[in-house]
Amino acid sequence: MNRVTDVSALKEQYDLVVVGAGPAGLSAAATAAELGLSVLLADENPAPGGQIYRAVTTTPVQRREVLGEDYWRGQPIVQRFERSAADYAARTTVWTVGRTELMSGGEGFEVGVSADGQARLIDARHVILATGALERPMPIPGWTLPGVMTAGAAQIALKSAGIVPDGRVVLAGCGPLLYLLASQLQSAGANIVAVLDTTERGNALAAAGALPDFLLSPYLAKGLKLMLAARRKLRFVGGVTGLRAEGEGRVKQVVVERGSARETIACDMLLLHQGVIPNVNMTSAVGCEQVWDEQGHCWAPKLDAWFGASVPGISIAGDGAGIGGAESAALRGEVAALEAARRVGRIDEADRDRRAASVRATLARAMRGRRFLDVLYRPAKAFLAPKDAATVVCRCEEVTAGQLRETTRKLGVQGPNQMKTFLRCGMGPCQGRLCGPTVTEIIAEERGVAPAEVGYYRLRPPVKPVTLGELANLPKTEAAVKAVCR
Amino acid sequence: MTTTSTADVVVIGAGIHGCSTALHCAQRGMKVVLIEKDHAGRHASGVNAGGVRQLARHVAEIPLSNHSMDIWHRIADLVDDDCGFVSDGQVLVAETEQELAVFRERVEDLNLRGFHHEELIDAKELRRLLPAVAETCPGGVVSRRDGAAVPFRATQAFKRKAVALGVDLREGVRVTGLTRDGAQWRVETAEGDVLAPKVVNAAGAWAGRLAASVGEPVPLEVIAPMLMITGRVEPFIRPVVILRGRKLSFKQFANGTVLIGGGYLGRAFPDENRTELDWDKLSQNARTVWELFPVMRSATIIRAWAGIEARMADEVPVFGPSAKHEGLFHQFGFSAHGFQLGPGAGSVMAELVATGATNVPIDGLRIQRFQTAASA
Repeated sequence: MNRVTDVSALKEQYDLVVVGAGPAGLSAAATAAELGLSVLLADENPAPGGQIYRAVTTTPVQRREVLGEDYWRGQPIVQRFERSAADYAARTTVWTVGRTELMSGGEGFEVGVSADGQARLIDARHVILATGALERPMPIPGWTLPGVMTAGAAQIALKSAGIVPDGRVVLAGCGPLLYLLASQLQSAGANIVAVLDTTERGNALAAAGALPDFLLSPYLAKGLKLMLAARRKLRFVGGVTGLRAEGEGRVKQVVVERGSARETIACDMLLLHQGVIPNVNMTSAVGCEQVWDEQGHCWAPKLDAWFGASVPGISIAGDGAGIGGAESAALRGEVAALEAARRVGRIDEADRDRRAASVRATLARAMRGRRFLDVLYRPAKAFLAPKDAATVVCRCEEVTAGQLRETTRKLGVQGPNQMKTFLRCGMGPCQGRLCGPTVTEIIAEERGVAPAEVGYYRLRPPVKPVTLGELANLPKTEAAVKAVCR
Repeated sequence: MTTTSTADVVVIGAGIHGCSTALHCAQRGMKVVLIEKDHAGRHASGVNAGGVRQLARHVAEIPLSNHSMDIWHRIADLVDDDCGFVSDGQVLVAETEQELAVFRERVEDLNLRGFHHEELIDAKELRRLLPAVAETCPGGVVSRRDGAAVPFRATQAFKRKAVALGVDLREGVRVTGLTRDGAQWRVETAEGDVLAPKVVNAAGAWAGRLAASVGEPVPLEVIAPMLMITGRVEPFIRPVVILRGRKLSFKQFANGTVLIGGGYLGRAFPDENRTELDWDKLSQNARTVWELFPVMRSATIIRAWAGIEARMADEVPVFGPSAKHEGLFHQFGFSAHGFQLGPGAGSVMAELVATGATNVPIDGLRIQRFQTAASA
């Protein structure tokens, strides 16, 4: 691995640019570099690992049991990448990937990168987007109060800086990550006063059909252990149907509804989580077709057997391709890299298939039981599309659920792209990451149709903000210089 | 099974022009079918900079533009929505004394022709209107009734009003053929044909193909003008600013975000409804702002995009009756400055369709200008 700290030191063109240094990106970059491709791995964070293995080489949390054995599985993945010949640009944002004619001939991509206030455009013959997942927004009344954050954010603070929240902590929502974080925070010494589970009672029954497959899954032992640990040591409240964060200036208490019963729990921090969904911002901005994934209840890119997207030359690996977890992410990264190597002419089809066969077998095992988890932890309707009219949905532009519902009804709005022009939802700096899924759910509910019919924001580059100064001072590419000379 | 329907007029293309023409035809009591291959406002009408500008227009367009501006100033009366229209003027900034001299000649020429909407301003008035502009700029031209609106919202408002007045809007329907059928036009689509004595070609970037299919080829280029918008910055400017020497249009919205455009082109793929940005050119665009408005240097660009639009070889639209066929009318090729013209052009087109004539001078816009050139 060759660490590049200055964007001007990057090559003009790479065979492969990988975006994101989680397990998928690291494995993809390592696999491709081992096959002789020139590879750049660009990542926003200061150290490799992505979210799941965040700071695995640098974390101050050295008691292994706090973060759990699964976390430390990230180490060999990082080490393999470090042994490879790939270029690695940390603290670097990729703000655009666009289709272009390459100077060296043929179709390829122009990748906009930025680090330390310096932006640059570089060419890539193939791009693997390993931009991972993000937490599904959980807009409850009061979720914008200081002291309310996502469980994932709390986990980032724990992994990267060893920060454990002070005071009384309440976790609320559903999904494996919620229980994982509860057990991690507890091991780290946090004072967890309650875990509020919003999983609908009916889900268990619905998931029963997928149980046989799950029983063969590697998740099983781990999942059971987590669940039992959380239930044994913590106050666990199931069947939660309503949540409200309250407080003046910051959260002081959470009001919990279970059917007609109501309880108020005092707290200093409320951590919300209701599962993870693919981060489609980059893939959508490149123009990759997205499809509605009914099982995961989310949008995901349309992919072929090699994780190739609808735009030839773009592959998507890891949770950004559909939620599969860390182990499958690394394997999918390898498969995508093998196809990238074939596409740029490093290996032939037979070689690709031979190398992929064993990876695919492991991948199939890693994906076992996914359906069971998806169905069991499908978020309840009440938390996908808030009924409370005053609840803010778009935090950047301060658009409420009530405004969204009224505008859908009165103006006959069909989907999120029309909604943007009326209410500006999704037009702030987060580009809809925090409101997009909720806006889709609300419009679908008001129109009485499936989310698939409503669609999602048409996203635009820059996928990450770039300053006017950086753009104005972009070094001229070879193509631009030639255009002037002509 | 598909059926054939009839109408008084079929309008092809539901951009702001098609919607406005359909609306005005319906107001005149006509039975209107409006056909759109995607959805209303999907392309240039929905994603343009939203400038509502009389400033710096080609002389041939000025009467239509004036007529349109009157409608903009009472837009809510027409479509029951203010379309986000605000009128803080538009200013053409002179970067040098030489430029200012050229502007002075232009304004004097317009005055002789009886147009008084453009007003020459000195450095002092320029600074009063635009306190943040670089100190080296010696003056400019202002058009005080100009402003800006929200493009997709405006197009939707025209669409909704048209539909409310009885227009039969067919979205997601592509016109596959346009042929004569006795005294009627047969507009062919996959969802059934429509027979009507009158047809308006308002198909934007796709209008050239339609015109060519009935023997009226025109020099139309499909372009993809790019725009970008910043995050919120402290309000510092009200009018829209445009330049002549370098390409720039610049507008700050009430919420603080700043729209930066000027006509730099990305790549258009009209058959795929797709555009690709050219960041080298957007970098030049940003560079101009960087020099002209130092206050903008640390603003973040949060979105950039391009729309698919038609540009004529002379950058003047094609507007008026067909030169060859009875009952066919053209309304396209607005060359990246058609948004402001939409309301007025629809009104005049409806008058042409209904009565065969209009008092608004449109001679410089007719399709004949290309056919004369081709046969000469």
